[in-house]
Amino acid sequence: MNYFLTICLLLSGYFSKAQGGNPNKVEMADVLHQNGKIYLVVLVLVTIFAGIIFLLVRIERKLHKLEKNHS
Amino acid sequence: MARYWWKILCALLLLYIFTGGILLPVPAIPKLNESARNLFYHVPMWYVMITCFLVSSIYGLKFLRHNRMKDDIVSREFVNVGIAFGCLGMLTGMEWANIAWGAPWSNDPKQVGAALCLLTYFAYLVLRNSVKDPNKEARLAAVYNVFSFALLVPLLFIIPAHFKSLHPGTDSKPFEALYTQAAAFRTLSIPAMVAWILLGVWIFDLRYRTRKLENPTLFI
Repeated sequence: MNYFLTICLLLSGYFSKAQGGNPNKVEMADVLHQNGKIYLVVLVLVTIFAGIIFLLVRIERKLHKLEKNHS
Repeated sequence: MARYWWKILCALLLLYIFTGGILLPVPAIPKLNESARNLFYHVPMWYVMITCFLVSSIYGLKFLRHNRMKDDIVSREFVNVGIAFGCLGMLTGMEWANIAWGAPWSNDPKQVGAALCLLTYFAYLVLRNSVKDPNKEARLAAVYNVFSFALLVPLLFIIPAHFKSLHPGTDSKPFEALYTQAAAFRTLSIPAMVAWILLGVWIFDLRYRTRKLENPTLFI
């Protein structure tokens, strides 16, 4: 009986470790990519980027107008 | 249109970096994990800063040689843009370090080098503001500028390469990563470098033209 329990415990330890996954595998945002929420971040980034470019283009236009008036 | 093509290129490349940099797969490296993607956002800040300071010191030399105020203005505005990007690099680096190394500041040789480099350029601005005569200001600033770029090279490239650093790849030669890094990184990191440098030049261009409008007589 005791031997049986020991073997069970050893095996359970082994299996729980196996469930923990490959220790050599590097953790990446796999889930994040799967459930698609990463696209939300990309959307936010693109929005901010578009805003910055919009601002730059507006300054660009304003300067261009001033440059025209000066010459 | 012909004058704007590089600004359009800059915007398109940045769009690629903001979407591809997040969505395209990157090699799985222990400890770095997904934070390796900062290679497309944090690292280029320093490329922009170094490019700006390099061009600035070249125009400083040009000013000393030909004594044209136009060159001095180019030199000064490139320092302004370089400092802005340097501060962004410092901030993003500290945010990253806070997560990856446990503290925003850990006296890493590259951190200290970059901080000293930024301080040298802050002193450049102080120097400029402390001289009343514009011509004297420009000459002093140009001499100091050339000196501070000469200091930047050992601070950012030579000294950190001789110390153990928390930064990955510091023990290799400067710029070695550009051709040794994984191809999956390179398809993003090299366009990222070009895109961010173009953005820096774009901001410089706006500042320079504003100066020109403020003081058209200096540009004849």
